Order: sequence, then structure tokens, then C-alpha cells
Amino acid sequence: MSLPKQADDAITFDTFMEGVWRQNPVFVMILGMCPTLAVTVSAENALSMGLATTFVLVSSCLLVSMVRNLVPKEVRIATYIVIIATFVTLVDYLIQAVSLKLYEALGAFIQLIVVNCIILGRAEAHASKNPPLKSVVNALGMGIGFCIGLFALGATREILGAGKLFGVSLFGEHFQPWV
Amino acid sequence: MIITMGLVATICGVLIVGAFQGTQDAIAENKRITLERAVFKVLPGAASVREYAATPAGIQPLTGVMPEGGVKFYAAYDKEGVLKGIAAEAAGKGYADTVARAVRLRRHVPVHRRHRCRVHARDAGHRRQDHHRPGVLKNFEALDVRVNAEMTALANAVKVVKHGTKKNAWEIDAIAGATVTSKAVGRGISESAQKLLPKLVPHIAELKP
Repeated sequence: MSLPKQADDAITFDTFMEGVWRQNPVFVMILGMCPTLAVTVSAENALSMGLATTFVLVSSCLLVSMVRNLVPKEVRIATYIVIIATFVTLVDYLIQAVSLKLYEALGAFIQLIVVNCIILGRAEAHASKNPPLKSVVNALGMGIGFCIGLFALGATREILGAGKLFGVSLFGEHFQPWV
Repeated sequence: MIITMGLVATICGVLIVGAFQGTQDAIAENKRITLERAVFKVLPGAASVREYAATPAGIQPLTGVMPEGGVKFYAAYDKEGVLKGIAAEAAGKGYADTVARAVRLRRHVPVHRRHRCRVHARDAGHRRQDHHRPGVLKNFEALDVRVNAEMTALANAVKVVKHGTKKNAWEIDAIAGATVTSKAVGRGISESAQKLLPKLVPHIAELKP
């Protein structure tokens, strides 16, 4: 016997925490490994890429969820890609407007967010089957989980490689890089 | 289906155009500041930068649209308004992305009725790259980019040679293990110099403030 519709649409703590912990995209699902490994040379880059991906993830899941009942099954993936590409374009412009230095540091990986399987996966597996608010909460959890993964890796690499965190020296000028 | 696709395309189009319009000024300003910093980095002591266009007819200040056949370059001046040097942009396709550099040009005294220019390059990028190493930068301390007697092209095209085999002043010693980046830098400098110098050198005296 299926559950009542209200129960399916209910937003629980697990809706948010699913992506942060149980299905963390970096540590559990091993998704989005290209940006995870390529741009995490510093905590700043890692966090910026995480936030950019979270913005695209949340925005695209919201729009996908809003049009989920209108999009024919045959063209749903194409539609999702168009929506995701739109928000990637937005984030590309925003990062250029905020900091060209950051834009250069993240390089092609900003545009490559469009093929990040976390986003298309969330759109197909969750946003296309759930109402907007629930999709946003779930996508936010997944985005924060991705940020945590990237930040952990970026901070570790920056500390071990440069003895710094967010550009601030932690061990003084005599620090010898470990890696 | 067509209505749905049209709706999605319209929403996406409006969002993209809105973002483009909303960020256009900020991006242009950021690019201007970044370029100015890059020029100041390759021309220490400069206090202001002016954009010029080198055309076959001469040099003219660049205001708005680039004149036909013109090549953009930057003249940097110190606080007293004395010309500190000239910089140009050079870019080449590297392994992962475009390698862009600001290049400083220094004019030498004319020899045998020929102007001599030498290119000095310093990394003006922000990314950690192999050519930050001091040994690599030595390549650019006196890279020969003299223009030929007819002033139509470089006398010797800048080219990248295998690490440790540099013999001539117009050659760039490749970075060991990073030849794609080396070649991109060499190609960028060569193309930039080929475009700019034949137009700039005959009229360079016009630049004196």
C-alpha cells in the first residue's frame, strides 16, 4: 500500500541531511571528482567551486521541479541540460563580476559544472519527482555536502602544500611543504 | 511539447540576458583593473596607463572602436608623465587553458637605420605556473624581436626550442616537462610581436608625451 501523497511531499530533517552525510556526493557517492581533484589546490578555490556548484544545483532543481509536470518524458534530459546550462552561464558571469582572479583560478571547471553528474543526477532522481521546496532543501543539503567535501580536501592540500589556510600562514615562514 | 520547450527556453533566455546585462559593467571594470595591474607588474614604476592603437598610418589613442587594421597596445607613464614603457598582450593555447601574459617592450637605440626592439616578459597571471621559476624568466630578459629591414615582420620569428638547446636570442628555452605551456607562451609572444611591431616601430617616436 502506497503512502498518502502528503507523506511523500513531507520535508524531514533527512531530506536535508541526505546529501550532507548519508549520500555525501564526494565521500559516499564519489561524484564530481573532476572539480574535486582539479580545483582544490586551496581552501578558497575549493569553497568557491562548492558554492558555485551549490548555486547551480539549487537553482536548477527548483526550476526542474517547477516544470516537472509540463516536460514530456522524451525530452526531459535535454530540458534539464538546458536549465543547468543556463544557471552555469549565470554563475560564470557572476564570478567574473565578483573576481577575475577567482575566475582564472577556477578556469574551465566553472563551465564544466554543466556536466557535473551530481546536478543532473539530482534533477533526474529527485527534483523531477518532488515539489519545489522539497527539491530545494534536498539540493541545498547535497550542495553543502559537496562544499564540505571540497573544503576538506582544499584545506588539507593548502595546509600541507603551502602551510596556509585561506592564504594566512599557519606555521611561519620557515615551513617546508610536505607535498 | 513545443509549448513546454518554448517556455523553458524563454525562461532560460531571460535569465541569461538579465545576468549578462546586470554584470556587464562590473566585468568590464574588473578586466580593466586586472589589465592595468598586469601592465604595472611588467612596467614597475608606472603610475598610469593609456591605450593606443598601432595602425599602418600611425599611432592613435584608442577611444572606443578599434580602427581597421589596428593593434592595441599600452603605454605606461610615471607620475611626471614620462613614458616608462610599452606593453602588449600575448596569449597562446596551453594544455588546459589559454596562457595570457602582458609583455613589456623596450626600444633600443636605432642601429644601422633599423630600430631594434627587445621583448621583456614577466608573468602577469595569477595562477601558479611553471614559468614562475627564475630560470625560465631568464628566457625573456632579452628576447630578440627585431623587425626586418622592410618593417613588415619580425626578422626572426620567436620559437620554442628543446630545454637546454637555446642558441639564439630569439629562441625560448622550453620548460622541462611543460612543453605545451612553453610553446603556448612562445606562440603568444611571437604572434603578438608579429602583429604589433611592424606597425608600432616605424611610428614609435610619436609616443613621446
